[in-house]
Amino acid sequence: MKSLVYLEHYHGAFEKGGLGVLGKAASLGEATGVVLGEGASGIAAGAGAFGAAKVYTCEASELTAPLPQPRVDALATLVENTGADAVLFGASVLAADVASGLAARLDAGLNWDLTDLSVTDGGLVGKRPALGDTVVVDVGWKGGPKIGLVRAGSFDPVESGGTAEVESFDTSFSDFSTLAALTGQTVEASSGPSIEDADIIVAGGRGLGSPEAFTLLEELAAALGGAVGATRAVVDAGWYPYSTQVGQTGKSVSPRLYIACGISGAIQHKVGMQGSGTIIAINKDPNAPIFDFCDVGVVGDLHQIVPKLTELVRSRG
Amino acid sequence: MKIAVCVKQVPDATVHKRIDPATKRLDRSGEAALNPTDLNAVEEALRIKEAQGGEVVLVSLGPERAVDSLRKALAMGADRSVLVSDEAAAGSDLLGTARALAGALERESADLVLFGQASGDGDGAVLWAAVAENLGRPLISQVAALSFEDGEAHGKRQTEHGYDTISAPLPAVVAVSDAINEPRYPSLKGIMGAKTKPQETLSLTDVGVEAGSAGEAGAKTTVLDLGPPPSRGDQVKIEDDGSAAQKILDLVVERKLL
Repeated sequence: MKSLVYLEHYHGAFEKGGLGVLGKAASLGEATGVVLGEGASGIAAGAGAFGAAKVYTCEASELTAPLPQPRVDALATLVENTGADAVLFGASVLAADVASGLAARLDAGLNWDLTDLSVTDGGLVGKRPALGDTVVVDVGWKGGPKIGLVRAGSFDPVESGGTAEVESFDTSFSDFSTLAALTGQTVEASSGPSIEDADIIVAGGRGLGSPEAFTLLEELAAALGGAVGATRAVVDAGWYPYSTQVGQTGKSVSPRLYIACGISGAIQHKVGMQGSGTIIAINKDPNAPIFDFCDVGVVGDLHQIVPKLTELVRSRG
Repeated sequence: MKIAVCVKQVPDATVHKRIDPATKRLDRSGEAALNPTDLNAVEEALRIKEAQGGEVVLVSLGPERAVDSLRKALAMGADRSVLVSDEAAAGSDLLGTARALAGALERESADLVLFGQASGDGDGAVLWAAVAENLGRPLISQVAALSFEDGEAHGKRQTEHGYDTISAPLPAVVAVSDAINEPRYPSLKGIMGAKTKPQETLSLTDVGVEAGSAGEAGAKTTVLDLGPPPSRGDQVKIEDDGSAAQKILDLVVERKLL
C-alpha cells in the first residue's frame, strides 16, 4: 500500500501526530510524507527518520497561513501526480478540515477518529471507537484514495534513523480556496514544561472552584516532575493560560499518567486526553462522566486530596 | 443577511445509543433531539439576524420525523426549515451527506452557512469542510467569536496554539465552536409560533442529487465489523475516607509511573 502522510509543522518542527501516523503507514507499506507551507523544505528530510522514504514539499505563498482550503488543492494535485492508495492525517483542527475537503474534492471516502490501521487481504482497515467509546467499529473504504484521520495519541512517533529524499512540487489553487485570509494570530506563550512533551500531566477543571486552586496542581506537578493542563472551561474563564488547554480545541496529549482534578469529562476535553496511559480522576461528583473512562476514579474533595498527595510524593524524596 | 444553519437530529442524550447489528447503522428509533452543539449555531444566527435583519433558515438531512426536532429550533426563533428526507439517502457517509446539504443550500443561496461544533452521534467534526468544498465557498471553522464588516465575515478560530483571526468574503461557510454563545431557551410564545412556521421537506431529486451518489450506494466508506471496546483494564474506585492520597501514591508506584 502506498500512503501519503500529511505532516503538519509548527515553528520549524513536525507535530507529533503526523509523525506517529507516518511510522504506522511505513509499517504497512510505502510511506511518503507531504509538508506544506513556509519552511517545508528545511525540515522535510527529517521525516526520513520517522519512516518516510520520500517527502514532497510545496512552499507556495498560498500555503503560508494555516488555512485548510489551499491545502486541499495541493494534496489533490499530489494524489493525482503520485497515485497514492491512501492519504492519512493525524487529527488536528486544521487536518480535519483538510481531510474532509479533500474527500469531497476527490469523491473519496473519509474515516475519522481512527485508533488503529491494518492491512487485511490487501485492503486498509481502520479501527474506530464510536458512541462514546462503547463500541469499536472496523471501517473500510470503497475505491480510493482512502482518506483517514487518526485520533491524537494513537501512534507514537518511532525514530529509526535515515533521511528522506525531498522533492518539491507545484500546484494551482481553486478560486474559492484562497478567499479566506489570516488577518491576525494570538499565540499564547507557555510557561513551565510543555504539556505535549510531559510524561505526567496534572489537569484542572471547574471543580477547582477558583483560579487560585491551580497552585495546588502546580505543586503536585512540580513534585511529580510533570506539567499542568486545563480544560477549556477554565481557560475561557481566564483561570489558566490557553497554552495549557487540553481538548478538541487545544492540545491533544498522551502522557503516561494523567491526573484529572475537578474535571467532569466533557467530550470536548476527552478527545484531547483519552490516549493517556493511566488516567486518575478526582471529582466530588460520583456521576461525573470522567468516571466512565478513567482507570482510577477517586470520589472526594481535590482540595483535601491533592495537597496530601503532594506531601506524600515529596516525602518519598 | 440570509443565514442557513445546518442542523441534525440525533438520539436524545438520555437514550442508550446502539448500532443495529443487521444494518451496522446507528439505531435512530428512540427519543430524538437536535444535536446540542447545533444550538450554538442557531443562537449565533438569531443574534446576527437581531443585529442586522434578515432570515434564518434551518437546513437538515434526516428521517421525516426530524421535522419535530427542527420545530424546536424554530421555537428559538428561526424562520423556517428545509429537510431533505429520502429513503435513498439512508446510510449516507460524509460524501452523500455533504452533497445533499450542499444541494439544499444551493437552492437557498444564503449569504452565510453556519454549522455547530460536532455531531453528537457520529462524533464527527468534519462535515462543514466537505460542504464548503461542494459549494465552492470559503470556510472558517472552530469559530469562538464572529463579526461582520464590509461584506466579510471575521472569525476568531481556536487552534492548538492560540487564536487565528480569519476573514472571508460572503457568501461563506462558518462552523462555530460551543464557546461562542449560550443558546437561548424557547419562549412559550416561540413554541406556539413555531407550529405555523413553514417546514419544507424535499427529496434528493429536489436538491439535484442523483440517488446513486448519496445513501449507501454513494458511500465510499463501509462498516466491516462491530466489536467491544478495548478494555482499559479493571477500573479502581476509591471513595475518599482520608486515605485516598496514600492509595493513589501506592498505585502510581506499583504501576511504575513515577
